[in-house]
Amino acid sequence: MSGGAPAKKSEGGLSPALIAEHGLSQDEYARILETLGREPTLTELGIVSVMWSEHCSYKSSRIWLKTLPTEGPQVIEGPGENAGVVDLGDGQAAVFKMESHNHPSYIEPYQGAATGVGGIMRDVFTMGARPVANMNALRFGSPEHAKTRHLVSGVVSGIGDYGNCMGVPTIGGETNFDSRYDGNILVNAMCVGLVDANRIFKSAARGVGLPVVYVGSKTGRDGIHGATMASAEFDDASEEKRPTVQVGDPFTEKLLLEACLELMAEDAIVGIQDMGAAGLTSSSVEMADKGGVGIELNLDHVPCREEAMTAYEMMLSESQERMLMVLKPGAEPIAEKIFKKWELDFAVIGITTDTGRFIIKHDGEVEADLPLSALADGAPIYERPHAPKPKLATVTADDVPAPNSLLGALQEMMGGPHLCSRRWIWEQYDHMVMADTVARPGGDAGVVRVHGTSKGLAVSCDVTPRYCAGDAFEGAKQAVAECWRNLTAAGADPLAITDCMNFGSPERPEIMGEFVDAVKGMGEACTALSFPVVSGNVSLYNETNGTAIPPTPAVGGVGLIPDIAHMGQMAIAEGQALVVLGETKGALGMSLYQEHATGAFTGAPPPVDLECEKRAGDLVRDLIRKGTVSAVHDVSDGGLLVAVAEMALAGKTGVTLQAETPLAPHAFWFGEDQGRYVVAVEASRLRELLLQAASSGVPALAIGTSGGDALQLEGEPPLPLGGLRSTYEEWLPDYMSAGRG
Amino acid sequence: MKARITITLKQGVLDPQGKAIEGALHALGFGGVDDVRQGKYIEVALSESDPEAAKAEVERMCEALLANTVIENYSYELEAA
Amino acid sequence: MKAAVIVFPGSNCDRDAAVALEAATGAPPAMVWHGDAELPKTDVIVVPGGFSYGDYLRSGAMAAHSPVMREVVARAKAGTPVLGICNGFQVLTETGLLPGVLMRNRSLRFICKDVHLKVERDDTLYTNGYAAGSVIRIPVAHKDGNYFTDDETLARLEGEGRIAFRYCSAEGTVDDAANPNGSRNNIAGLYNESGTVLGMMPHPERLADPALGGTDGAPIFSSIVERLQ
Repeated sequence: MSGGAPAKKSEGGLSPALIAEHGLSQDEYARILETLGREPTLTELGIVSVMWSEHCSYKSSRIWLKTLPTEGPQVIEGPGENAGVVDLGDGQAAVFKMESHNHPSYIEPYQGAATGVGGIMRDVFTMGARPVANMNALRFGSPEHAKTRHLVSGVVSGIGDYGNCMGVPTIGGETNFDSRYDGNILVNAMCVGLVDANRIFKSAARGVGLPVVYVGSKTGRDGIHGATMASAEFDDASEEKRPTVQVGDPFTEKLLLEACLELMAEDAIVGIQDMGAAGLTSSSVEMADKGGVGIELNLDHVPCREEAMTAYEMMLSESQERMLMVLKPGAEPIAEKIFKKWELDFAVIGITTDTGRFIIKHDGEVEADLPLSALADGAPIYERPHAPKPKLATVTADDVPAPNSLLGALQEMMGGPHLCSRRWIWEQYDHMVMADTVARPGGDAGVVRVHGTSKGLAVSCDVTPRYCAGDAFEGAKQAVAECWRNLTAAGADPLAITDCMNFGSPERPEIMGEFVDAVKGMGEACTALSFPVVSGNVSLYNETNGTAIPPTPAVGGVGLIPDIAHMGQMAIAEGQALVVLGETKGALGMSLYQEHATGAFTGAPPPVDLECEKRAGDLVRDLIRKGTVSAVHDVSDGGLLVAVAEMALAGKTGVTLQAETPLAPHAFWFGEDQGRYVVAVEASRLRELLLQAASSGVPALAIGTSGGDALQLEGEPPLPLGGLRSTYEEWLPDYMSAGRG
Repeated sequence: MKARITITLKQGVLDPQGKAIEGALHALGFGGVDDVRQGKYIEVALSESDPEAAKAEVERMCEALLANTVIENYSYELEAA
Repeated sequence: MKAAVIVFPGSNCDRDAAVALEAATGAPPAMVWHGDAELPKTDVIVVPGGFSYGDYLRSGAMAAHSPVMREVVARAKAGTPVLGICNGFQVLTETGLLPGVLMRNRSLRFICKDVHLKVERDDTLYTNGYAAGSVIRIPVAHKDGNYFTDDETLARLEGEGRIAFRYCSAEGTVDDAANPNGSRNNIAGLYNESGTVLGMMPHPERLADPALGGTDGAPIFSSIVERLQ
């Protein structure tokens, strides 16, 4: 191969150790040599290594991700841009994505989580959207693990401080504790933005001779090689990798947001891309590649925070709050004026070319001269061996002992880490700024009003890792279905999802097998529910000393509520009849009650029947909109009794329960069968409800009535709501304060 | 010149961050810790080379912005560049 | 009547305040950028919530020294009503328009939740739409809301009837259990000597719309309109 001769030769060649340190295999390095026809310079090695990292190239996952459904009449932009876009009607669209910041958050929880939130918001406003809601999905290790408290505290305050300062409400999320995350926590942040459908910005730098402009913060030596770190397994020495973690500055990001939106209102931008992982390298490569042009950067013009930065450092820096833009000719003055107003750096650092090459100059030398085709689409694609996992046996009611008291077991479970209130977390997030939050955290989905309208955007993040650990296919199906169900319970039409695929090392066939199963399960559910994937992120190598996390395909879904006057909510009033919709079979495999009773999660997780799921959801949405039901809650972790208890706590009213069922009581009340909702209805409309359910083909069973101030089950002493509330609310604050002296 | 400015909470003003640090030190087994007060440290590089003029300038900065004298005290050292 | 909202770099409740003001006055307020030394003629000025200058150094400290705040202070001294909400309250204390300071919450954590407030007086520009002694529900969202002032100033504020709102229970009990941040005497908001400047940590603009779950914040804005029109 030919190519421009790089002026700088690496001195004495690149050692195998240096190549390995860049996360490149011997085969991959050979591929670089073959492509270039020479040895790369150090800067080139750095550039190729980040572009070919798992994080940027999706080299292990790409062939599988391509199988996911990504289209539908509601989809304006599917995967491939900074975020996905769905149509909200009336000329408006929602832009959203979820992304992981797992490794940095384990090493430095506050900054790791904060910069994760900052990064996902940049992905959304890069497309021209104003962020209107944040969510997050967090997985921590066992509460008993020595680091857990510190990690929870740091991650939550990092997420809060960044989102709060930006003035974007964090309207919910989910948190799990599981010892399999002891050495690898997961921090998945989601952001949803609102944009006019005809003002969506993309990253392609179409056109030759256009100015390439750098805006935002200055470049320092932050996070150099963060992208390759995010694609490498941990070992104990990783704890020493602290200097590579970036530091977030939400104040600058708030200015960057306002400046970008102000410039986007002008006719100035050809393409725009945020500098996230792999900073200047991946942003400029992606813009040039998508635009089908070459790009030449002169690093002498890059605003630097530190002295004597090398080309290698500038190209690999992950300093936060930076953007790269390609402007229309002559648009520099208006852009510069706006960025100066917001006190942000603005510099023309390069130009688009017709050469198809990626050229980096610094101090009068050519530091890199690479064919763009080798950087983007030229990355290796692996079809890694994957081993299927044997299906686990179904657990029956006889396998799990019944409790002495169902209500006693309920109270113990709700006063524990899996089911306790997450209030301690979400009260640290400003969930009301922007004054459009119409469903606050703690319910099935968070809902923000579409500003200035009576429409609502419902958002939910879901996955049940213990199900995925048992069966990644059913678990991923369940994650999609539960998300769809939560949006439905809010009264929304589910529109689309973003996914965040967190797995161990793809180089191990059993892990790759989990990944493949999860993608298949996710695809099947998305297709059946017309709930396509429009954006996403893959985080592999989440393992420490050879122990991987459970497969965790987190799903973030967005739905549209046509009129927020007809929303679902879970607080029950007094004097209502309670009905469970969907079939209860008593599935106890991988259930929280199983662990409570036996100390372990075993057997097959509950299967998801997607046809039943859809029928039940469509019925529930209709009942909400017609005003037939006064409260709705999906049945998930902990089963029916937990769902009812949560509704009673939210509504501050007791319930008296009785059900005619052939099932063992513990299987009926604690089984985690899918596709179910509990609804509350005026007694006078119970018959109407049951008839409509019957004609819709959805099983419906009356299970009790509301009233009083206790939970009551025949044959058991009543459980006062006040006592239940105390144990439910106190576990997490007590746990967090126990670490203080 | 360089000014090294230390800003501390006045005695009597509750310092919850100091208390939290104190608690954490106790939890780590530092039983000999009686009290912790935390504050801020700010370095300012000055073009002024006359020590008296620099002193006056730093004091004005502290009074106007760097410290809130309702709750904070400040002290500083000057060092020739 | 005309209202103005001051916008600093890092303000983020400016739009929320503008929405509530427009609902009360029937006209959108002027949005005034911090760098503007000119302040339009206005009947009331709102310094909104947010994180002006990132809350770096101290909450409100840098905004208090911006060009527009010099003009706001001059107008306030000449009698123009000024309402500071959350970060705006912090800015007003840093300018000296209101005494004391908002320190880090005693929990050290950011806290966002509905709180109950006891309305101390109903004869002021901002509270004539409430009944004295009534309990209202409005959210707080802050990390630095712990009101502190010395004993002497506190006694003077109490003696002069300058406390606007106190944190209390749903039943109206003012005690430590109802104090979300450690504020002295459960102070959630206070007036200047003439009652024309009000600073408060809770966000009335966030519960001034039935769709958001309550309207207890709306009378603050309608009271101003009632008195000034």
